[in-house]
Amino acid sequence: MPVEIDIEHVAKLARLDLTEEETEHLRAQLGQILEHAARVGEVAAADVEPTASPIPRANVYRDDMPEPSLPVDEALRNAPERDGDRFRVPRIAETGA
Amino acid sequence: MTDGLSDLSGAELSAKLAAGETSANEVLAAAQARIDAVEDRVGAFLTRTDQLAAERAEELDAYLSTGAPQSPVAGIPIALKDVLTTNGVRTTCGSKILETYVPPYDATAWARLAGAGAVLVGKTNCDEFAMGSSNENSAFAPVHNPWDLDRVPGGSSGGSAAAVAAGEAVWAIGTDTGGSVRQPASLCGVVGLKPTYGRISRYGLIAFASSLDTVGTFTRTVRDAASMLQVLAGHDPRDATSLDVPVPSYADGLDRGVAGLRIGVISEAFGEGVAPGVAASVRAAIDRLEGLGASIGEVDLPHAAYALSAYYLIAPSECSSNLARYDGVRYGYRAPGEHADSIEMMFATRGQGFGPEVKRRIMLGTYALSAGYYEAYYGQAQKVRTLVIRDYEAAFERFDVLVSPTSPTTAFRIGEKADDPMAMYLNDIFTIPANLAGVPAISVPCGLDDAGLPVGVQLAAPALDEPTLLRAAHALESALALDLRPPILDGAA
Repeated sequence: MPVEIDIEHVAKLARLDLTEEETEHLRAQLGQILEHAARVGEVAAADVEPTASPIPRANVYRDDMPEPSLPVDEALRNAPERDGDRFRVPRIAETGA
Repeated sequence: MTDGLSDLSGAELSAKLAAGETSANEVLAAAQARIDAVEDRVGAFLTRTDQLAAERAEELDAYLSTGAPQSPVAGIPIALKDVLTTNGVRTTCGSKILETYVPPYDATAWARLAGAGAVLVGKTNCDEFAMGSSNENSAFAPVHNPWDLDRVPGGSSGGSAAAVAAGEAVWAIGTDTGGSVRQPASLCGVVGLKPTYGRISRYGLIAFASSLDTVGTFTRTVRDAASMLQVLAGHDPRDATSLDVPVPSYADGLDRGVAGLRIGVISEAFGEGVAPGVAASVRAAIDRLEGLGASIGEVDLPHAAYALSAYYLIAPSECSSNLARYDGVRYGYRAPGEHADSIEMMFATRGQGFGPEVKRRIMLGTYALSAGYYEAYYGQAQKVRTLVIRDYEAAFERFDVLVSPTSPTTAFRIGEKADDPMAMYLNDIFTIPANLAGVPAISVPCGLDDAGLPVGVQLAAPALDEPTLLRAAHALESALALDLRPPILDGAA
């Protein structure tokens, strides 16, 4: 059975504007894909350790050596909008009444 | 004269350069002439770097004329998949959201090749953020298979595979998260190597699924794959997952043959969904390996049937997290117009900037990681991944190399599977397990089907055993001695 998904909720979590057409398309497609993906549940794996990365790594440290940083102009070169040495964005908080 | 230079291997070109029989300028001119001749039909490139390449070739010729020692990479025209950053050269990931992004740094893989004298001819087209198996998910244009222009080159590194098949580059770099080097190599009739996870630095590889993403190579010979890997492999302090273990010589022992090698045929290799033409060519390749003295047996990977399901939870989960960075703030596309606040701007930017397949995977991953579903989907998929790894460990106790088709079919028609994501995902059924386990695998051309389309056979080896993998691949390639020249080159210089 295709899996039923609250597409609007997931899109909100993912910060994605979807058109009505996209929403309906995704509802059908994700339901089918998840039906196939849910087959992982058929595998008895209760006592199996999960693998996050194929080559096991413990913490990897390096010496904390100062290095030259990216110049500000370079770092800001791709900014959609710039204000002096800062990225400019629409307001991020209520200004209060 | 540049006649025929575009069809030589890197090893052959390197020998000619060393002997003074040609120059870096001539080799580049040949590649660019080939691009001019076929590119309007193939569409392998998103960005050409003609001027940079010309400057580089000029410098190289000055260097080579001093008789100084020369890397096998020096002077070789290379194409780079447009998911690897290039300092000062636009890097799009095949996405509208990065259409005008110009990185301020080089990916380590490219920096290493450049440092050894490689000449970049351009950045290649690919599925958006490397998500796809046909290159139809590029936000800009599809790529056409040089063997049949109505068909896909495979994906996601379709531009890189097509460029090497058509001689627009001698070598190319791709990336392989679930088969994105091996599958297009198979469909375009070239050699595609996905090394061990961590063998090549991912620094500057714009992330899709970080525990699976692997830099890989496209070449027309296995020897050239070994030459590229020699330069690319090694530890990089900028990638904590890159392995800090010695790099062996990949050329040594390449000619030792397969006598006594234990080769296991994956039991699903000729199962349902494998096209008859693919099965026939792969069987013939296995017979050839046996004729060369390898011992052949059958091997079962019991959890391989669940690998695809696990992959389509793990990769989208990592994707949804990695692609959170595209928020219209620091780089990339920002939705035009006035926005009430930054959150609204991000919704609009991401909704307009990402294409359908990327949205599909972000949504899948977000769902699989969301509260209430995490354990059943992502958590369970990670456990299945452990079992897939154990399957490989058991298989490699009995066999040195595993063999299967690379892809269940040859190249399919553009548009044929575009509206059926599940059918598209099934292309990767033989390639995905190696990514989950992190083991190296290679696709080697092994024949043509009845329609004249290339078939690839996949070999896999234990982690870090690229020497044995390349040795077996080289032995097979030498024994088959195929002459693979796509029809688009009929009459081309």
